[in-house]
Amino acid sequence: MTPGLEVSGGETMLFWVLAPLMVLAALGLLFVRRAVHAAMCLVFVMISLAIMYVAQEAPFLGVVQVVVYTGAVMMLFLFVLMLVGVDASDSLTETIKGQRWIGVLLGLGFAVVLTGVVAQATFQSPVGLESANAVTNPVALARVLFGDYVLAMEAVGVLLVTAATGALVLTHRRQLTTRRTQRTTADARVRALTEGVSLTPLPAPGVYAQNNAMDTPALDPAGRPVPESVPRVLRIRGQERSVTALLDAEAAIVGTDTSGDAVGPPAGLPAGQDPDSTPTLPAREA
Amino acid sequence: MIPGVAADFSQDNIWVSLVKAVLIVVFLLTSVLFAIWFERKVVARMQVRPGPNWHGPVGLLQSLADAMKLLLKEDVNVTRADRVTYLLAPMISVFCALLVFAVIPFGPEVTIPFTDFTTPLQLTDFPVAVLYVLACASLGVYGIVLGGWSSGSTYPLLGAVRSTAQVISYELAMGLALVSVFIMAGSMSTSQIVASQAPLWWFIPLFPAFVVYVISMIGETNRLPFDLPEAEGELVSGYMTEYSSMKFAWFFLAEYINMLNVSAVCVTLFLGGWRAPWPLSALGDGMLNEGWWPILWFLVKLWAVMFVFVWVRGTLLRLRYDQFMVFGWKVLIPVALAFAVVVAVMQWARRVAEVPLENTLVVIVIVCGIAFLAIWLWPERARPEKPDESAVLDAFADGYPVPPLPGQKLPPSPRGRRAPLEHEPDQEHQADDLQKEGVTGE
Repeated sequence: MTPGLEVSGGETMLFWVLAPLMVLAALGLLFVRRAVHAAMCLVFVMISLAIMYVAQEAPFLGVVQVVVYTGAVMMLFLFVLMLVGVDASDSLTETIKGQRWIGVLLGLGFAVVLTGVVAQATFQSPVGLESANAVTNPVALARVLFGDYVLAMEAVGVLLVTAATGALVLTHRRQLTTRRTQRTTADARVRALTEGVSLTPLPAPGVYAQNNAMDTPALDPAGRPVPESVPRVLRIRGQERSVTALLDAEAAIVGTDTSGDAVGPPAGLPAGQDPDSTPTLPAREA
Repeated sequence: MIPGVAADFSQDNIWVSLVKAVLIVVFLLTSVLFAIWFERKVVARMQVRPGPNWHGPVGLLQSLADAMKLLLKEDVNVTRADRVTYLLAPMISVFCALLVFAVIPFGPEVTIPFTDFTTPLQLTDFPVAVLYVLACASLGVYGIVLGGWSSGSTYPLLGAVRSTAQVISYELAMGLALVSVFIMAGSMSTSQIVASQAPLWWFIPLFPAFVVYVISMIGETNRLPFDLPEAEGELVSGYMTEYSSMKFAWFFLAEYINMLNVSAVCVTLFLGGWRAPWPLSALGDGMLNEGWWPILWFLVKLWAVMFVFVWVRGTLLRLRYDQFMVFGWKVLIPVALAFAVVVAVMQWARRVAEVPLENTLVVIVIVCGIAFLAIWLWPERARPEKPDESAVLDAFADGYPVPPLPGQKLPPSPRGRRAPLEHEPDQEHQADDLQKEGVTGE
């Protein structure tokens, strides 16, 4: 072991517990079916990496890794995955010409950089973290970043700002119509009254002893079903349940026939009534 | 001793840490039970009703009964759920919520009675402790997001998406508000920040940052008026809709622990941490800032902030989603950013350029005065003339009777009475005439 480098027993144990799990999760990232599971594997790798950083006396790096990458970047990824829904049948065609070769080249370049870093860490004798962290870890890091590498920091900052501005410019669309406000919406609704649009929110679906799902219409005070109370989509799909059918089913459970002389609610409809016409509630009949 | 940290953990071994950790968990769980009772009782008092008053003295055992009910309820698993993630989500929420209190100082060093063992009333601390709090908060969002997604249902998904957007945007404002504290205290370790508040609590000099923090901490915990991820009227109960029994209880627990977390961070960073409030801190050469007393001040402040949570909930209405996002991005973040820059410049003037504080204050007063004068004397832009609404009132617009808007006048009704009479001496005769007319008319 090189001088200045001390690894405690706890740290070794932590490494041997975390490292295999990290490798498993990293493999999972490649081989898992669902995109969200792959994202979770990546999150696991990131958090474990952060724990490693903290264990190696780089608490700032570890915590920032979680705040920035896991908390913000990965979260946005997950956000898009959930909203757009990516599945395994994504096409593998290249959208940019020569994309694969560029990818391979960049990968090789990254491998070279990594090798250099690992070699530098392995073959040079480490100075020891005590001296590096003497003025607390964040302060020492700040002196390096904003002292020795201030130009590189600023270049990266400008690059990031440019990228963000570019994204804004590319996705910006000029507003061609007047902006819709709460006021204009309200006015439009009042104006549409003459076309039969309801001013108030639509009535909620019915609530019955056996069924309070969205597919059954509510009954108005006169006992007639209100078709608007069932969501439009269900109506178009033809998944609406008629009140008559529902009341019949309830009557069947209670054990009465649908002839009308039922013993109290829930009771069937008067016999011989057209199911889609206006069923009357027994209470109203009496 | 860790460099950059005020508290001294040199005597702590693994057993001490373990005992402290267990004590923190016990404290959090009992606090949650108390917080639920507290919230219901305070909101009830604000709405002039008794609130829970049946189980135990003044209803204190109500939340225990509720917890038991949740434990014993049937654990329903949704068929379309993504099983592993569905189970994992509430665990992530609670786990991340429990992590935060590890770096919150309850008090300074104390000596355990009957021994000479001294230890700080804090599990741990390191130079980036407040960033660690932010990291835990941002990991906690995964619980919400995955819970919403894995339920395989629309409302939870919408709730999860809303909550992600909300927490990410409000965390930015929160982080920027905290930056001004870091700059003033010169540290991110909680014990150091509390130590730096010995002369003055940070909420006085950093008042704008304090206000931004308080607003964004409510947004961060998804509480009214910012509880859009679980808005009952719109999303049933958002990401928790498909959860029942103990899994729901975990989410519930996490929500209340998160409230305690952000309150504790608020107390530690802005309200002096465990320090005694001013008149008491001067008593007996600061004896109330030593020993076991600070726990009391910390808890008093913590529950004062919790009271603000409940108060806000009992007072304000839920915002509309787009207004809420506009408020976060266009008001809170710019204000917090601008204030952080101002604080940085002031600190630079004091520490690096070594300008005396009086000079800096004079410059600030001059700048504020110039800005004020500029705003005061700036020629007012001619406002676009409002359309004369009294002229356009159509009493039967679109065939419906329309009442006049404020400022509009009704046109004189064709069936209206005559103009009211004015009592002037020379009109008396006229009035008599009218009376006669009326009589003859009959």
